[in-house]
Amino acid sequence: MSEKTYLQALNEALRQEMESDEKVFILGEDVGQFGGCFGVTQGLFAEFGEERVMDTPITESTIVGAAAGAAACGLRPVAELMFVDFIGVAFDQLFNQAAKMRFMFGGKATVPMTLRMPQGAGIGAAAQHSQSLESWFMNIPGLKVVIPSTPHDAKGLLISAIRDDNPVVFLEHKLLYGATGEVPDESYSIELGKADVKREGSDVTIVAYSQMLYSALEAAEQLKADGINAEVVDPRCLLPLDKDTIIDSVKKTHKLVVAHEAVTFAGAGAEIAAIIADEAIEYIDAPIKRVGAPFCPVPFSPPLEQFYIPGAGQIIEAVKSIC
Amino acid sequence: MNLSKKSLMHMYETMIRIRLFELKLQEFFAAGEIPGFVHLYLGEEAVATGACTALTDSDKITSTHRGHGHLLAKGGDLKLMMAEIFGRQTGYCKGKGGSMHIADMDLGILGANGIVGGGGPLSVGAALAAKYQKTDDVAMCFFGDGASNQGTTQEALNMASAWKLPLVFVNENNGYGISCPQCKSMAVVDIADRAAAYDMPGVVVDGNDVLAVHEAVVEAVKRARKGEGPSLIECKTYRWRGHFEGDACTYRCVEELEEWKGKDPIPRFEAKLIESNTLTKAEAEETWKRIEKDVDEAVEFAKSSPMPSTSALMDDVYA
Repeated sequence: MSEKTYLQALNEALRQEMESDEKVFILGEDVGQFGGCFGVTQGLFAEFGEERVMDTPITESTIVGAAAGAAACGLRPVAELMFVDFIGVAFDQLFNQAAKMRFMFGGKATVPMTLRMPQGAGIGAAAQHSQSLESWFMNIPGLKVVIPSTPHDAKGLLISAIRDDNPVVFLEHKLLYGATGEVPDESYSIELGKADVKREGSDVTIVAYSQMLYSALEAAEQLKADGINAEVVDPRCLLPLDKDTIIDSVKKTHKLVVAHEAVTFAGAGAEIAAIIADEAIEYIDAPIKRVGAPFCPVPFSPPLEQFYIPGAGQIIEAVKSIC
Repeated sequence: MNLSKKSLMHMYETMIRIRLFELKLQEFFAAGEIPGFVHLYLGEEAVATGACTALTDSDKITSTHRGHGHLLAKGGDLKLMMAEIFGRQTGYCKGKGGSMHIADMDLGILGANGIVGGGGPLSVGAALAAKYQKTDDVAMCFFGDGASNQGTTQEALNMASAWKLPLVFVNENNGYGISCPQCKSMAVVDIADRAAAYDMPGVVVDGNDVLAVHEAVVEAVKRARKGEGPSLIECKTYRWRGHFEGDACTYRCVEELEEWKGKDPIPRFEAKLIESNTLTKAEAEETWKRIEKDVDEAVEFAKSSPMPSTSALMDDVYA
């Protein structure tokens, strides 16, 4: 066990899976010598060579489609898109091809591919390089959607994603690459679809993931001063979603706030709120609150961008409005 | 080309199998017994047959919305295909896919595809897998003239060539992207010309001449297996029916259709076989009858098969 960054944890997961399974290979733009747009694949080209760490042309459709085709033919590709925002040009290969092949073909195809994509705002990258698009993928039967927040989770979940026999969308937050935490050196996996209670509390449940988990934890600390003891639940996977852990928490706290960086409208928070309304409304003592970004594209100028990104302040405000 | 009698007869029978299968579908679709869309391959039989007979079972193909011919030529089972198109539980995809999504991984069929241009990137993946695993396999991507304009197809041609993948692109140019004639959708006359942009061989063949298709594809497959990269074979052909069954075809004239029917690939090949004493008229007659019986049996199998149970709906969403 040692302290590592989120980026190092991901890199280690890739290295260990490539060492243990020759079927695992990486493809994407600048993932080779360059080490990936944010450096996640650094060193892997030198270690495994161009046959297993493949620099592709800037053609996202074919990156995703080639991964799907190779997966259907028995390999375990890990494809990287530089930014989740680029999924638009490749979407058909993901949702019409990779996600549906197994069902359409009557269970006769297996598509064990992982598609890693950084998302999120905060680096002044503007509207086409900063979005949080997880809810788009949650609406696609056949996909799994993984969205880790800590270095420990990032490593264990990426290993599970690579070993999973389904197409897995793996969403990394670009501001988290430098986040540090304890990460075991050895290989380990974390079951997909299991939430993690990151902070225990009794007065309100805050569901938050990815970068927003840290805002939720910060909010929980500050809320102590007001005598509010918040529980923070990190779903870690949005598809499948661990409803039970969220419902169990709500049964205890009777109040729910869902926070994410994506726009609030039709976001993952809407689904989580709807699940509680459907299945656990009798345990709820107050309106369910959602915290998310305003319904506009991510702006460029730093003061605008900082204003746009939801943070601990909004979470505290939402909690106080129901506690 | 010097082909054995067995190979020639296999081609002949494959074309007849596709023809009679499609005619039967036309009949049952008109009778309202087939749900959804059906895109028939009538008139184009020589392309799938000439191309797939250059492949082995472990070679992979990606197909299109007009895929029945490709699947049958790659060895697809008549009964399982017919049952799938009839939406039955016994079909290739247990009734979950239908005409546009039939696959048989054991025969290297990575699926028909409802998205025009959808197969290109997948075929790159199949070829990449063959190269990565150092098998001797090649992949083949069937795509139409319409798909040749899609970005995915151009991306796939580029990546396959940049990486020298064992991939053969077989373009089925039937002159129309749904209703839009080729002259309105692209400036080039020969889609094969586009191969030059990717530094790969581009060959135009008479898509209604099964031997011409076969010969060109065999060369391309040889090149692919040797590690020399992909090729693009353009097969000029024509679909006898509309884009889909029910298409009134107002965008084409009868004379054009009649002219192409005059180039029907099956009698042309049959005449050659008879002329070269490979086949007698009696054998020809017997072959048509035998295959007709096989197709009738497939229909019988499909119609007597149960519909899928609604309890199976959620099966196979995830592995």
